[in-house]
Amino acid sequence: MKEYIYYPGCSAKTNAKHYEESILPVFKILGVELEELPDWNCCGATASMSVDDEKSAAINGRNLSIAEKAGKDIIAPCAACYLSLKKANNFLKEGSKESEKILSKLEKLGLEYKGTVTVKHPVEVLVNEIGINLIKEKIQYELRGLKVASYYGCQVVRPFTEFDDVDYPQSMDILLQALGVETVDFTAKTKCCGGALSANLEELGARLNYIIIKEAQKKGADAIVTLCPLCLFNLEIMQSKIKKIYKEDFKMPILFFSQLMGLAFGLSREEMGFSRSLIQTKQIWDKIEIGGINV
Amino acid sequence: MEIQEKVCFEEDLNLDFLDTIKELSHCEEIDRCIQCGTCSSSCPDAAYMDFTPRKIMALTKGGFEDTVLKSFTPWLCASCYSCQVRCPAKIKITDVMYAIKRVAIEKNKYPSRFPIPVMYKEMHKILTKNGRSSELWLMLNLYLKTLNPFGLFKMAPLGLKLIKTGRMSIKKESIKNKKQLKKLLKAVKEET
Repeated sequence: MKEYIYYPGCSAKTNAKHYEESILPVFKILGVELEELPDWNCCGATASMSVDDEKSAAINGRNLSIAEKAGKDIIAPCAACYLSLKKANNFLKEGSKESEKILSKLEKLGLEYKGTVTVKHPVEVLVNEIGINLIKEKIQYELRGLKVASYYGCQVVRPFTEFDDVDYPQSMDILLQALGVETVDFTAKTKCCGGALSANLEELGARLNYIIIKEAQKKGADAIVTLCPLCLFNLEIMQSKIKKIYKEDFKMPILFFSQLMGLAFGLSREEMGFSRSLIQTKQIWDKIEIGGINV
Repeated sequence: MEIQEKVCFEEDLNLDFLDTIKELSHCEEIDRCIQCGTCSSSCPDAAYMDFTPRKIMALTKGGFEDTVLKSFTPWLCASCYSCQVRCPAKIKITDVMYAIKRVAIEKNKYPSRFPIPVMYKEMHKILTKNGRSSELWLMLNLYLKTLNPFGLFKMAPLGLKLIKTGRMSIKKESIKNKKQLKKLLKAVKEET
């Protein structure tokens, strides 16, 4: 296994601090020290692809080049970063006139890129490389009694993923089940949360997030667990808008999978950033306290 | 009965438009669209669009450049890639939408008074200048640009919650080697 370097992305430093706060210690417990990519820049996400695709490829090429110099593969927890890096990586490796142009510009600035870096998502690494057996060995507290809907969103599973299904992925479910968590049969697991549109087009955002949260509630989930910072953000902030439009107050806690992993590994709620949640998480504590088993 | 449909004469069409979009989206397969509608039925936002993705494909093939560039549809594409992975003709529909957005920006034809193009342009500007994006500054710029101080007012309670939970950065995020980034972005726009 090649070593990994960690690409946090802008969200993990601002609105999704609890993603980073949980991912890094979880990987450390599993024996993987995640060092941050030196002087990484923003991936540009949907914005740069919409405005200027050459610049989008170039800024991602800069990150890929820095990782290549370190001799490591990139681990990118944010769905938008994951997709942007993968998209640029495929493009820069395709050998077209356009991609050669970007590569030569990178090279002139000391950012040569040969195309040796692979971009991976932490869930992929946890399930397929570190493995469920090692994860089970590290569990100190089984999270029995908790029932969640695991929500993947779009950009990790579409269109570039090689590790799971585009419509009904299972990796995160397998991971959560290993912790003792029950996962519901969640048919909305790859429905779109609206991404960058939701905060600006609130009616659209409310509708898309309503569909996801309602489905989770109907399936009896105590919380929605996700792997994308923007999904988490939309699912949290849209609940007040949903209350106004659909007259339903879900109070559905939205968590990162890594926060639950940390708890199962014996880390505290405070360490796992649960106080950063915009939705009360009390109801899930009661469930875990009743059903949880010390290992 | 009044006929609502606007007539478009061949003279008003741009028959090169399809080739432009093919090139910019790196997708040769647009021709193979059989109008099956799998894209429109996969699209979570189709209900809000003035032309569904299927119609955008037909309009693009037909050379209705003006109609396509002024449409809200590409800006309502959330990049979920559902249509793209399902298209039986293997058309990279999401990438076609991106290409349309870029041409609309270049030709300054995107729908005005609509927040999404402004947001993307502002976000791209901030992140290419500083190397990182900063939500607070993006929001401030966005509401100033769209002349919508009321929107900012509405966002205030959320902003306070985010500050309280430590999830909003007040400072402008930035990389160290801004000079290198600036040079790189200038260089990619030069031919040689």
